[in-house]
Amino acid sequence: MSEPIIRVENLTCAYGDNVVLRDVSFEVARGEVLTVLGGSGCGKSTLLKHLIGLEHPTAGQVWLNGRELTATGGEARRDILASFGVAYQAGALFGSMSVLENVMLPLAEHTQLDAPAREIVARLKLREVGLEQYADYAPANLSGGMQKRAAIARALALDPAILFLDEPSAGLDPITSSELDALILRLARALHLTFVVVTHELASIFAIADRGLMLDKQEQGIIAVGKPADLRDHHPDPRVTRFFRRGEETV
Amino acid sequence: MSATLQRDGARIVLSGRLDATGCATIWQAARDAASKESTVDASDVSYCDGIGAALLFDLIQRGARIEGLAERFAPLLAELDPDQPLLIPETPKPEGRLAAIGHFAAGWWRETRDVIGFIGEATVSSWAILRRPRELRLGETLRVAASAGADALPIVSLIAFLLGVILAFQSAIPMRQFGAELFVANLVGLSLVRELAPLMTAVLLAGRTGAAFAAEIGTMKVNQEIDALTTMGLDPMRFLVLPRLIAVALTAPLLTLYAELVGMFGAALVLTGFDIPLATSASQIQGFVNLSDFLTGLGKAFVFGLGIATIGCLRGLRTGSGARAVGASATSADVQGIVMLVVADGLFAIAFYYLGW
Repeated sequence: MSEPIIRVENLTCAYGDNVVLRDVSFEVARGEVLTVLGGSGCGKSTLLKHLIGLEHPTAGQVWLNGRELTATGGEARRDILASFGVAYQAGALFGSMSVLENVMLPLAEHTQLDAPAREIVARLKLREVGLEQYADYAPANLSGGMQKRAAIARALALDPAILFLDEPSAGLDPITSSELDALILRLARALHLTFVVVTHELASIFAIADRGLMLDKQEQGIIAVGKPADLRDHHPDPRVTRFFRRGEETV
Repeated sequence: MSATLQRDGARIVLSGRLDATGCATIWQAARDAASKESTVDASDVSYCDGIGAALLFDLIQRGARIEGLAERFAPLLAELDPDQPLLIPETPKPEGRLAAIGHFAAGWWRETRDVIGFIGEATVSSWAILRRPRELRLGETLRVAASAGADALPIVSLIAFLLGVILAFQSAIPMRQFGAELFVANLVGLSLVRELAPLMTAVLLAGRTGAAFAAEIGTMKVNQEIDALTTMGLDPMRFLVLPRLIAVALTAPLLTLYAELVGMFGAALVLTGFDIPLATSASQIQGFVNLSDFLTGLGKAFVFGLGIATIGCLRGLRTGSGARAVGASATSADVQGIVMLVVADGLFAIAFYYLGW
């Protein structure tokens, strides 16, 4: 089996004395769609921030593509940062630029491509997420679902191997949300991308996830890993099955 | 190994890695080489990612045919719909000069009407508050007064003191030629009280407070907090605007008064260097600057403060969406505030001249 693309070893995340995650370890295989699940405050976003290098772990390591993000600095770290894409919860598109300029920005900063080439690459990324005709719009004039797709196009700009998505279906209607799921699946298959998706939207967990990784607040770590259907039907821990049955008490 | 491109008549041979680095080196050459007759031999391409696929897409759009692309890269290219040209919307033609002037004038008129409407609304709300003073949010008003007034004391002290010192120095030297340095106190005192202290304080208020109002209310607008207030049945005018208008309209004269005293002290301090004791300067000013000078200065400060707060709140409430809109609102609150000061000060000068005040 090939080297996992993401490897997390004994990661401990704390803000001051407040430990959010303790001694967490897991791996993600190349081409896998992993969803990170759990109730509010369980540390999903904290884990994501550590995976993408926004926060520095209290202890432990994060390896992306065989390189240790936590120990690397300078130019090499810039390389690692360019090797994955992140689409934030609210899109985080730069409001002062058009959608096209948003997608062209990483290309301008991280590659030597000339302006016409950058524009072609960026327009094609927008075509892939179905926003080609909105290239010249300001982000503010797009709907919520479109903003998220534009954010994915921007995250895809440098052809990353890994794409991190933070709550992609938050605030979307079921139809838009399922369209977004379909897009994630199509990209995962066509571009052989690895996805790490933080979500608590049950429908999209079942639609896209190869594996779910469930965090718990009391446990300060992972309480379950596995196929979503298995977690729902066969997991011994009532906290897990309850989550999948929308909080109904299991009898 | 990076990417290479070789031309052999109408044949273009691509080889190596078609990634961001590789494409950056050959894209220009590929663009120049590709034409309707070209065939692109891609059988030696060892790697191709999305950017490489975009290069191939560009070549196809220029009429070239791609041959020999490895099986594993084909889906990447197919994903891009290579037969479908890019959709590039036409950029609208820039408008003519006449149309631009028209648009500018229409925009200006719209904005003026907006300001007048806002002042009207604020007046109506103020009237309602005057009849039911308990509806005023006193805590908020005092908080704004503290941040616009008390917190501004250090900067006002600095500017006013320097203003007094500079004025005294600059006028004492020529006045001395006539042995009239005693009257420098009168000159500085009068110009501070009637003109400079209200104006400088108001400029500081526009920069500190007006812009802050616009940014604060603008951010609330962007976060839909204003919508939340409105739907809760709380009038943003009463809830946000009036406390600010009242706070600034009242603190502006107080700050002005403070600036006058500090400025006069600075001037008197300079005059001690010209052998005029502090007490003499004080009595000179007392004898020369009368109550009406003093009151017109404070009246101006009141109007300036009201104007700055109005513009700051209005710009905040009219903020568009996004981070840049908040910045634009803060800037325009500052600029419009200062323009308003200059215009209002000019009008005051004319009015006072005809009234003989």
